[in-house]
Amino acid sequence: MSLVLIVLVLAGIAYYLGHRRSLRIAGGRIADLHSLPGHYAWYAALLAAGPALALIVLWSIVSPLVLRWATIGRLPADAQALSGPRLDFLMQDVARIAQGLPARGDVTPGLAQAGAFYGSLGTASTLLLWLLVLVLAVGGIYLALRWIAPDLRARNHVERVVRYLLLAAAVISILTTAGIVFSVLFESLRFFNRVPVTDFLFGLHWSPQTALRADQVGSSGSFGAIPLFVGTLLISTIAMLVAGPIGLLSAMYLAEYASPGFRNVAKPLMEILAGIPTVVYGFFAALTVAPFLRDAGQAIGLDVASESALAAGGVMGIMIIPFVSSLSDDALTAVPAAMRDASLGLGATRAETIRQVIVPAALPGIIAGFLLAVSRAIGETMIVVMAAGLTANLTVNPLAAVTTVTVQIVTLLVGDQEFDSAKTLAAFALGLMLFVTTLILNVVALYVMRKYREKYD
Amino acid sequence: MQGETALNATALALDPPQAARAAEAGPKTAPKMATRGVKLWYGAKQALFGIDLDIKANEATALIGPSGCGKSTYLRCLNRMNDVIEGCRIEGEITLDGEDVYDRRIDVVQLRARVGMVFQKPNPFPKSIYDNVAYGPRIHGLARGKAEMDEIVEQSLKGAGLWKEVADRLHAPGTGLSGGQQQRLCIARAIAVSPEVILMDEPCSALDPIATAHVEELIDELRHDFTIVIVTHNMQQAARVSQRTAFFHLGKLIEVGETDQVFTNPRERMTQEYITGRFG
Repeated sequence: MSLVLIVLVLAGIAYYLGHRRSLRIAGGRIADLHSLPGHYAWYAALLAAGPALALIVLWSIVSPLVLRWATIGRLPADAQALSGPRLDFLMQDVARIAQGLPARGDVTPGLAQAGAFYGSLGTASTLLLWLLVLVLAVGGIYLALRWIAPDLRARNHVERVVRYLLLAAAVISILTTAGIVFSVLFESLRFFNRVPVTDFLFGLHWSPQTALRADQVGSSGSFGAIPLFVGTLLISTIAMLVAGPIGLLSAMYLAEYASPGFRNVAKPLMEILAGIPTVVYGFFAALTVAPFLRDAGQAIGLDVASESALAAGGVMGIMIIPFVSSLSDDALTAVPAAMRDASLGLGATRAETIRQVIVPAALPGIIAGFLLAVSRAIGETMIVVMAAGLTANLTVNPLAAVTTVTVQIVTLLVGDQEFDSAKTLAAFALGLMLFVTTLILNVVALYVMRKYREKYD
Repeated sequence: MQGETALNATALALDPPQAARAAEAGPKTAPKMATRGVKLWYGAKQALFGIDLDIKANEATALIGPSGCGKSTYLRCLNRMNDVIEGCRIEGEITLDGEDVYDRRIDVVQLRARVGMVFQKPNPFPKSIYDNVAYGPRIHGLARGKAEMDEIVEQSLKGAGLWKEVADRLHAPGTGLSGGQQQRLCIARAIAVSPEVILMDEPCSALDPIATAHVEELIDELRHDFTIVIVTHNMQQAARVSQRTAFFHLGKLIEVGETDQVFTNPRERMTQEYITGRFG
């Protein structure tokens, strides 16, 4: 860490020296230089810091592997024959001995020897790294100062480096996404080795308890995901029935009727709804809405579960109103004023204009907003964990308790779990299904959005 | 040049309606539309300073003048399209067949059915050609049944000189037509509700010369059935299509008269300078 700081300080010095050098060779006539003095300064700084930092990163990846490989060769023969996890444990002890910490296992003379070797090799490696990095950094400064000349295209070099940095930033997020997808995919494949895909996709019964001992009473577990997806769809449908009309109608009001003053206040206020933490919605649903619905149901003789789909879906609907209203509002206001004028000029009322001209013209954008809201509803977790039930009922009765895919993923993974049982692996399969579903919705939304763009460009 | 213009403007500002009133002294027939002392403000900024103008039936009246002179604003007063603009305030009297269009009892929707409008840029709805033309008649319930609607659409497209070009593709999108065809579609859409007056706000400014010629011919035919008010930047166009011309400058009506007279023998020096291209 301190080495990185030193490199950065050297880069700062290089920046200063590069700046001064470029001014000196220009002799006060900056226009004679190919690039601005700032570019030469950055050129020097990048040359000083770039290779040195790259070496530090490379070293921190490679040197532990080399150290481990070399040390294992020094271990007693019986220790070398250990299996993977046990060897890992032993190597941790070796590292602790090298740092002078008490080992967790028995310290044999062979182990102590290995620890001493590990320590000395580590020190040597660090020393070598320091030396190389300092040589690279100082050498970079020296070369930069030598190369700086009026016709050096410092600006082009610096901008190329900047471009690669931007590319790296973009690649990181893409690689992370790919990493998540593949890890979920591989774990799901492990699950499907134990439970057939057809059982998972078409099974009507969800009860993920597997017996721990052979003589244990209990099932072998059944992993039919249909009840979960029905529950998810039920709650999402209820949420969209709440958010769709309210969001769309409020967008119509904001876009077509509201005065600019009201609009400037109301729109941010509505968008605050999207900023409320979902856990707050969760206890609002569980502690306020659900009991209210149950009592109201009792009053008119209906049997409402205290964790009803209606409560969870209704509150979720409130949460996603801003998605619908904000995107619909954008789509409505993007309809050219000429359309409004044309319709009004023919003697149409405001309402007729909205219904027959503006909404049809904005429909692709509105649909895209709806689809984004749906994928948000399907993936929403906190509200349903708190307000929906845990039992996998296969029902479409909004007054009954249902469970959702996300709730089951949470319950499967909460607490101490072994990570190779069908029960925990099922969470990955569910996650994969969920991911595929929302991905398809997002792709459809993007496709619709793009079509919409072509229309008004 | 700049100074001269400003001087003229001040001189005329003393009593602008006088010239206009003088022009109205012709044979006395009741005008289709008449405006008296129309003043208009956008917020604090005044855009019209007392416009007195008569629009005669079955004539094309051209409104000319440099950009920002208020001619489009004035046009939009005639069917109250300015109502939609935030902070717009109007004073004065505007009548259609002697009825005050700003009277509380007048329904703005019905007014706009009687005073139609064609805009600067062709603005067909993103619907089929048929639905574009049928839009107004449907809203106002002008047709009983499909056959009658078909008849209205055909007559309107014929009236706009577009029927031959689109008869075989009535259900193709209106936005797929060329610019000139789109503008004639907008004219067809306007005449489909059988208005009495058609307001045209620079209807040819987005069109090429051939499409412009088409629309100009059309205007000349339309005036036999409708009263037309057209805003234009194009002096030749005003001379070709209109019977009367009104010259606006800085929110005031400078001169109005027979088109021939305004273009060959203008009473005001400013009009003379504008039509000969010395400013504008």
